[in-house]
Amino acid sequence: MSVPVRVRNLEKNFGRYPALKGVSLDVEAGELVALLGPSGSGKTTLLRAIAGLEQADGGQVLFGDIDANSLSLRERRIGFVFQQYALFKHMTVFDNIAFGLRARPRSSRPSEAAIKSRVLDLLHLVQLDGLEVRYPAQLSGGQRQRVALARALAIEPRVLLLDEPFGALDARVRKDLRKWLRELHQRTGHTTLFVTHDQDEAFELADRIAILDKGCIEQVGTAAEILEHPATPFIDSFIEGIARREAQARDWTKPHVVASR
Amino acid sequence: MAMSDRFLPLAHTPERATSETALTRAVLIAIALLFLAAVLFLPLVTVFMEALRKGWGTLFESFSDPDTLAAVRLTLIVAAIAVPFNAIVGLAASWAIAKFEFKGKNLLLTLIDLPFSISPVISGLVFVLLFGAQGWLGPWLVAHDIQIIFAVPGIVLATVLVTFPFVARELIPLMQSQGTSEEEAALMLGASGWYTFLHVTLPNVKWALLYGVLLCNARAMGEFGAVSVVSGHIRGLTNTMPLHIEILYNEYNFVGAFAVASLLACLALLTLLAKSLLEWRFSDELAATARRH
Repeated sequence: MSVPVRVRNLEKNFGRYPALKGVSLDVEAGELVALLGPSGSGKTTLLRAIAGLEQADGGQVLFGDIDANSLSLRERRIGFVFQQYALFKHMTVFDNIAFGLRARPRSSRPSEAAIKSRVLDLLHLVQLDGLEVRYPAQLSGGQRQRVALARALAIEPRVLLLDEPFGALDARVRKDLRKWLRELHQRTGHTTLFVTHDQDEAFELADRIAILDKGCIEQVGTAAEILEHPATPFIDSFIEGIARREAQARDWTKPHVVASR
Repeated sequence: MAMSDRFLPLAHTPERATSETALTRAVLIAIALLFLAAVLFLPLVTVFMEALRKGWGTLFESFSDPDTLAAVRLTLIVAAIAVPFNAIVGLAASWAIAKFEFKGKNLLLTLIDLPFSISPVISGLVFVLLFGAQGWLGPWLVAHDIQIIFAVPGIVLATVLVTFPFVARELIPLMQSQGTSEEEAALMLGASGWYTFLHVTLPNVKWALLYGVLLCNARAMGEFGAVSVVSGHIRGLTNTMPLHIEILYNEYNFVGAFAVASLLACLALLTLLAKSLLEWRFSDELAATARRH
């Protein structure tokens, strides 16, 4: 089900302002990769270009061997979780999650019974059993986020893309959801890219991290690789906080304080 | 608005929002109520009282006048054409303006506002200049035996022009504030453009659309100026209700004039009643989506 994503020399300009200057990135099947960078670095533009929500001015996106440009949005089958979730306000949680299945052409649409069992399965997966009759306005931020994720998973996506998945949540809920998302990824195994501006989030959650600045990828690597060999002065300063905390953690002997801030 | 509505129950603060004394507030409220009574309520009551001055019998008699019936029929026909047309075109224009970026967007916005800013008489005159016997297309129309001015098509055109902004003006700000993320989400989930419009865009604006349609309808039935210019005031043929009222009034047939006026007022009240009924019927849904008008 999951496919690798290959980005080749992707370029995108907004007017005269270049948002992506020839970005290349390889994401293996089933990998969880963070796109990290300060605001205005082009990370969200990259995510939206992979999704097909932005038309790139040059370069290529490949899902496995297939050129994304040859696919319509429907054929791309990408699960996208928006920053503010973009849940359908006038629909119940059930109808939100069922949307992608009901919107299929009649020939490939599952029966209402099959849709129902799939939606209830997904609700169970995101731990929201029993909330299917609620409207989005009646949910907490964390619950909405999980509905958005269940809705994206309902279409059995090739790739899962998350735009600042925890951006709108308070610190406590963020930490819980981070752990939960990590577990969910291990269980479902989707190729996943997520955008974040939070270094801790990227380093704690992702298999690999791609750090962007001013429309270019500065470095791609695992947390350890980046911390040990920052490729550029920008990376050095950008991860300074994390590097210092890691060093402190190593100095301390008690293992249970390692993860705390 | 959605946010403030949702958090309203939490905002129980003991302090008052204003510092005015009870007397000041009572005076201000009284002035507002008096003003409303004098400007809104009194004229409405007068219309019905004048219509009933000679009793119910005379009132119904004036309704059975064939010219009056023709005027009522014509008004309903014109509204039945103009309102759906403006609802569909207004919805399409709002959708294009709010959800897409294109060249000439500001020009389109200005054009939509134009009927509000020019006098209805001019809106009517434009059609006379275009389609009248001495107008640009007049000779061609005469040659092909097509009558627009002093006939129903002209009245419909004038009404459409004058009432065009109502739906679009109601929808554009709402659609712009809603943004495009729900549509993008629908497209990413594999929905077609048309499915997205029907299941996401339209339900999100249905109350604004209804409100716009009701305003548009009220104005379409009540339009006087533009219609007066293109109609030609042919009794029983091209007189709408407002025009018919004026004729009856000028002939000193006060009961007749006010009878038709009361009917027109009743149509307007029915429109408002329909809106209230719909809001009441769907109040659960309105509360759930926390959007109100």
